[in-house]
Amino acid sequence: MTTKLLTALLLGTSILGSAGLAHAADVTLNIESWRGDDLAIWKDKLIPAFEAKNPGIKVVFAPSAPTEYDAALGAKLAAGSAGDLITCRPFDKSLELFKKGNLADLSALPGMENFSPVAKSAWQTDDGKSSFCVPMASVIHGFIYNKDAFDKLGIKVPETRDEFFAALDKIKADGTYIPMAMGTKDLWEAATMGYQNIGPNYWKGEDGRAALIKGEQKLTDKDWVAPYEELAKWKPYLGDGFEAQTYPDSQNLFTLGRAAIYPAGSWEIGLFNTQAQFKMGAFPPPVEKAGDTCYISDHTDIGMGLNAASKNADAAKTFLSWVASADFATIYANALPGFFSLNSAPVKMEDPLAQEFVSWRGKCKSTIRSTYQILSRGTPNLENETWVESANVINGTDTPEAAAKKLQTGLDSWYKPAK
Amino acid sequence: MAAQTRPKRPFHWHIAVFLAPAVLVYTAIMILPLAGTLQLSLFRNVDQSQVFVGLDNFRTLFGDPNWSVNFWNALRNNVWFFIIHMLVQNPVGVLLAALLSSPKLRFSAFYRTAIFVPTILSFVIVGFAWKLILSPLWGVAPHLLDFVGLKSLFTPWLGKEQYALTALSLISVWQFIGIPMMLIYAALLSIPEEVIEAAECDGVTGLSQFWKIKLPLILPSIGIISILTFVGNFNAFDLIYTAQGALAGPNYSTDILGTFLYRAFFGFQLQVGDPNMGATIATIMFLIILGGVCVYLFLIQTRLRRYQF
Repeated sequence: MTTKLLTALLLGTSILGSAGLAHAADVTLNIESWRGDDLAIWKDKLIPAFEAKNPGIKVVFAPSAPTEYDAALGAKLAAGSAGDLITCRPFDKSLELFKKGNLADLSALPGMENFSPVAKSAWQTDDGKSSFCVPMASVIHGFIYNKDAFDKLGIKVPETRDEFFAALDKIKADGTYIPMAMGTKDLWEAATMGYQNIGPNYWKGEDGRAALIKGEQKLTDKDWVAPYEELAKWKPYLGDGFEAQTYPDSQNLFTLGRAAIYPAGSWEIGLFNTQAQFKMGAFPPPVEKAGDTCYISDHTDIGMGLNAASKNADAAKTFLSWVASADFATIYANALPGFFSLNSAPVKMEDPLAQEFVSWRGKCKSTIRSTYQILSRGTPNLENETWVESANVINGTDTPEAAAKKLQTGLDSWYKPAK
Repeated sequence: MAAQTRPKRPFHWHIAVFLAPAVLVYTAIMILPLAGTLQLSLFRNVDQSQVFVGLDNFRTLFGDPNWSVNFWNALRNNVWFFIIHMLVQNPVGVLLAALLSSPKLRFSAFYRTAIFVPTILSFVIVGFAWKLILSPLWGVAPHLLDFVGLKSLFTPWLGKEQYALTALSLISVWQFIGIPMMLIYAALLSIPEEVIEAAECDGVTGLSQFWKIKLPLILPSIGIISILTFVGNFNAFDLIYTAQGALAGPNYSTDILGTFLYRAFFGFQLQVGDPNMGATIATIMFLIILGGVCVYLFLIQTRLRRYQF
């Protein structure tokens, strides 16, 4: 009996306590998120920085488990108990929330002008008229290489495809290192670190992506098949038994110093910095001829939106404007190297590898992964099929043309581009 | 109204009362969800609301090549998965049980336990351990083969379309071989001594005793094991999911009905889940299993001869 009473009392005080806090401090904003890993960064760095500038607004970061986030958020939004600020998944999941009226329109939010159209594309309606989340971070694709290995073998950082394959040949001939650490077992490596990494140089980034969505280009066109042709050429440079090599295997092969080049996403930086005992460098996907415009996949990954039912909409908007500011970008990008701010203002970062990655934004044109916007809404799912076919091409079980044809046939079966 | 003349038989309330807990629990956790699944498969989500569409989902599943190709592929793989179990798991299980029940075998309790242990391991552990064992990079399999000079036989089995499913079936056999072994072992132990003695008096000993006396007596158990294997295999999901992921690569070569259902129902990555199509697949799985069990019950079990002692 006493325990029950005590529990009830404790529960009561926790609710009343937070309510009381809110009252005393005028406004408390709750952030819904799946990024439990970032809890310390929010608590120790981001929130204090914001609260120092905006007295009267308290912010609480309340993450849930990544796998439960979407379901839990949906339930909370339906019940009206969701937080004021909602961390947005890219593309359709957030778009659906916006269409249901759960996310407020933020097109007019002060600070939104700090973002390029590509950065905003993940959280916009299909016509691009309304934006509903502030872009927070993106990940960039490229290649991370073992600098010690390159120095030892006297290899220059490749800029063109010929140089790239010449470097791979040289590493293979030497035999000390596996030329490239990648496996096809988990499928997504082949698609994400392979096809979506080198592809933008062929299909000319946003131009090709937009044309594909409009239906002006097809996956069977030369520009979309060519990346598969290059992927097929990767096969001899991968380690023994790459067909059963998983993603953690690839990471370990590289950080143990057994492989020379790692087709990467920038999110690896944090882990690689702590695990690799050698110097690392990075280069963007090589272009055909020196001096060609380069394109990189600068994929929007995480954003933040406003719960349309929030009672503290004004305070929340103040917070979102701050999230859109260079201040936030600097703290966030430095705390999480490899997750780059999408802000147009240049952000000063300490990590050299992260600096290298982000410097490509200056000389290359950014795009996002071709399959993410609109094109993966139907059955068969283009993104999943791209995983399977990319692995097939590298394994040599499908020719590039056959793979492209399967993808286009699948897409045609449900996608009718707006004319 | 005519007055009742016949004496009313008292209603046995206690029967209902005693049955109630089991009936209620079974209804709540088995019958209702099953009915819910069947119901879900007859609806479709149109503009955020569920609309009754009759058998349209089944038509999509079998008629639309985007679904049917995957479905038949999954069913084919599932049948192969089952065949491997029937050909390897059950005969080897019977063999192990026969060896274990031999009175001359020493340490039989130890072997029994050791062989049964994998059965109680979690799928996640089994999947992960075998992924490591067979890993071309750090696995012991390539080293062991190298040790006996057969390195050339090694291929990354789990990554090759032609081998992956068979390899996974054998892993599953390794994990579950303890079940047929234990059931047959129990059946062998329950054969009365007199029968064996009588056989010995008639000069039936050794291997022919096993074929002529013991095997006919344990056939009902083998039947039960077969049906358990059938149900388990057509419901399988966990091992494939932990070892190969939800896309059941390479190139869907290890996709079985369970993983196909999972992707359809819950979605995967950018693929949004479709509970209605998922329920449709679940219904088909239910019908397949129901059909298999009926075939067993009505065609096979009724013909098995039972011996009473």
